[in-house]
Amino acid sequence: MSNWKTICQLNDIPVQGARVVKREGHTDIAIFRTADDQVFAMVDKCPHKGGPLSQGIVSGHSVTCPLHNWNIALETGLAQAPDEGCAGRIPVQLDGNTVQLALD
Amino acid sequence: MKKLKLVMVGNGMAGVRTLEELFKLTPDTYDITVFGAEPHPNYNRIMLSPVLTGEQTLPEIILNDLDWYAEHGITLHLSRAVTEIDRVRRVVRAADGTEAAYDRLLLATGSSPFMLPVPGKDLPGVVSFRDVADVEAMIAAAANHKHAVVIGGGLLGLEAANGLLARGMDVTVVHLAPWLLERQMDETAARLLQQSLEAKGLKFLLQKQTAELVAGESGRVGAVRFKDGDEVPAELVVMAVGIRPNYSLAEQSGIYCNRGVVVNDFMQTFDPRVYAVGECVSHRGVSYGLVAPLFDQAKVAANHLAQFGIAHYVPAATSTKLKVTGIDVFSAGDFMGGDGFEAITLSDPVGGIYKKLIIKDDRLVGACLYGDTTDGGWYFRLIREGHGIHEMREQLMLGEGTTGDTGHAGQNRAMSMPDDAEVCGCNGVCKGSIVKAIQEKGLFTVDDIKKHTKAGSSCGSCVGLVEQILINTVGGAADVKPKSEKAVCGCSDMTHGQLRQAIRDKHLVTLADTFRELAWRSPDGCASCRPAINYYLISTWPGEAHDDPQSRFINERVHANIQKDGTYSVIPRMWGGVTNPAELRRIADVADKYAIPMVKVTGGQRIDLLGVKKEDLPAVWKELDMPSGHAYGKSIRTVKTCVGSEFCRFGTQNSTQMGIDLEKDLFGMWSPAKVKLAVSGCPRNCAEAGIKDIGVIGVDSGWELYIGGNGGIKTEVAEFFCKVKTHDEVLEYSGAFLQLYREEAFYLERTVHYLQRVGMEYIKQRVLADEVGRNELYARLKFALSFEQDPWAERYEKGVAQHEFEALAL
Repeated sequence: MSNWKTICQLNDIPVQGARVVKREGHTDIAIFRTADDQVFAMVDKCPHKGGPLSQGIVSGHSVTCPLHNWNIALETGLAQAPDEGCAGRIPVQLDGNTVQLALD
Repeated sequence: MKKLKLVMVGNGMAGVRTLEELFKLTPDTYDITVFGAEPHPNYNRIMLSPVLTGEQTLPEIILNDLDWYAEHGITLHLSRAVTEIDRVRRVVRAADGTEAAYDRLLLATGSSPFMLPVPGKDLPGVVSFRDVADVEAMIAAAANHKHAVVIGGGLLGLEAANGLLARGMDVTVVHLAPWLLERQMDETAARLLQQSLEAKGLKFLLQKQTAELVAGESGRVGAVRFKDGDEVPAELVVMAVGIRPNYSLAEQSGIYCNRGVVVNDFMQTFDPRVYAVGECVSHRGVSYGLVAPLFDQAKVAANHLAQFGIAHYVPAATSTKLKVTGIDVFSAGDFMGGDGFEAITLSDPVGGIYKKLIIKDDRLVGACLYGDTTDGGWYFRLIREGHGIHEMREQLMLGEGTTGDTGHAGQNRAMSMPDDAEVCGCNGVCKGSIVKAIQEKGLFTVDDIKKHTKAGSSCGSCVGLVEQILINTVGGAADVKPKSEKAVCGCSDMTHGQLRQAIRDKHLVTLADTFRELAWRSPDGCASCRPAINYYLISTWPGEAHDDPQSRFINERVHANIQKDGTYSVIPRMWGGVTNPAELRRIADVADKYAIPMVKVTGGQRIDLLGVKKEDLPAVWKELDMPSGHAYGKSIRTVKTCVGSEFCRFGTQNSTQMGIDLEKDLFGMWSPAKVKLAVSGCPRNCAEAGIKDIGVIGVDSGWELYIGGNGGIKTEVAEFFCKVKTHDEVLEYSGAFLQLYREEAFYLERTVHYLQRVGMEYIKQRVLADEVGRNELYARLKFALSFEQDPWAERYEKGVAQHEFEALAL
């Protein structure tokens, strides 16, 4: 289905950190790398007040928004209860050490 | 793996709280079976009073509905009282023959009301005030009968009487002692209370001993007869003379009991497979009837059931509150006093106010308030935190509002506030929503309130008020702990103090080691504990522990301050607030070149460039060619100065140079929270040194040092620390104090809170009296700072953490 586009190497992203992918005319994408070397991607916008999730602290499989400390699950994009909201997920995969995004 | 079987006998607040704590720690270890003698799921027993008055209904006070039990896979046997424990086969059996086998057994059988052993005590119409069935019986009696007698003038008895009065009955309270609430109050206060209750319509018979309950014509109770022969009519008699732990089940099964199920500090009975929590327990000879200590027990039992085994139960002070609308009684801690205690009393019989504070060894240990309980929460906090009170002794009785805390939303208004009054100004939360959340969601802690309502979750200035609302809503059930007793976060049960100590004792130098050695529940911590641990590591083991940028908040990771739109602010360092034309030209050029939308002068005598794009940061820093101002960190921020003797006609000392030298001396210092200094050249104090972490004021004969000031959320005036003669002494004494703070304060604890926690005497002892210790502290600070460089230059010159500033392209 998708058209996987190579973005970077796994090592370009700090462990427990994120990188930002800029898109012309679209919201930025945040690609996260967790401590267990999995990658996740979502629109770089907290469902609360639009904070840049890429700048948050990554722990386990979640990220804490730097603006008001909402916790967003990286797998689902869902805010942790009792907060409610969802950050848009972007399909991402690791091909060996290459990080790829599927974009329309 | 096969799950272990956990059986809980009793379905009340302490037991179910244990299960909730257990699920937080390990949701899948046990198959759980619960036996409850009542037909209801776990409800909030404290709220039976408002149900009786009609202010609330039973569904509103349910804490865990049946769905909750189902969601957690709990087998629930309601209306089934357990009658037998077979400890050999490890099976419990209920009255109807239902059996359940266990690997671990949790006894939470609660307590029973004590029924006076008088003739007629088993007549229809004689009830206690303990559970839903009692309340239902009382409501039914109120609908059909006129006269009620409540035996017992304690908190529970008065609440029962008030409820029956609200239901339209003619209520007489019978009490053996010479005055009401004799355990909480002295005679003067109790008379005031009695008068207000009489004004509401209650009748009282004091010093009356009940001899017999006399049956009426219908066979139902009809009157109460006393020892002196008097009689009062009563179609309903409520016994509220005390409770007794329910331990007969445990005793029959051979578990050691002594006026309660005897447990150790881990809530374990003499049979190590059997735990007990709640009112049925006797811990070190004491049984508890208030909710807060029972919740603490629940935490400990859950910790052990989860096989962590690191928690132990330490009793803490408790508070109670009379829940009678319009009449305010609050008591906390050891309010009885006696030998070895001092008491401060305020009595205003005409105004209807009475307050008694009990003090021992310079600490507030108990409080009893009548009529005006607005400071109850504050006194309770002082009791729990156990700080010395000599410095506020004169204001103590007058309340927190008089202790000089201008500039923050007063915390003493909780009771008088209307529901639509705003409590949390950051998140726009009003009192009504907080009270509603507390009642509907069954909240008992400020943290829960923060999560559910957002109140107090941003700047934190309203937390005291939120705490008061909590105490006013749920009374003694409020779980209010000082930070020193709270767990760092949900990843562990350790407090900040224990964590700091363990990092030192076990010589931990990495986050991974810390998580492993200290049995962290999450693999790599969370956004709360990671920054704290990172700070503890680098401050305890400078040069050995390496800073982990991924465990720092974004501002400290990229050395700029994130703004609401995701841009950053840049504040270059201007030593002592002094700049020059060349720097100003560079700032102007950078602002033009990078189209920086706002240039602003800060409160700390610096220039702030706001709205800088993240990718522009390294270039902006390079072209400014000034060191980082650290205006974004838990670190040394600024040293504010006045003009001083060089130009000022009043100046006695060169405060500007002193400030510059202090700032250079402390450059790059990370600390538990931000640190701000100021130096004034004379007592006119133009640099506002009185509200800084360290304030230095020049006088003719030297320098005065003040510590623990704060100009933020809650204005705190710095306390006088010492007077020194020379410039070098200012550096050494300031540095030594700051190093002590760096080594001992909890993460995010400002100097004022650290000072309040450990006391000025202690700091004087360590920094002033102990000369060797002071030299060592200062040397350790210098050693730690020897590893610090300008973080901006590291980034634009050496390319450190370049990935932070470069976006990826598609």
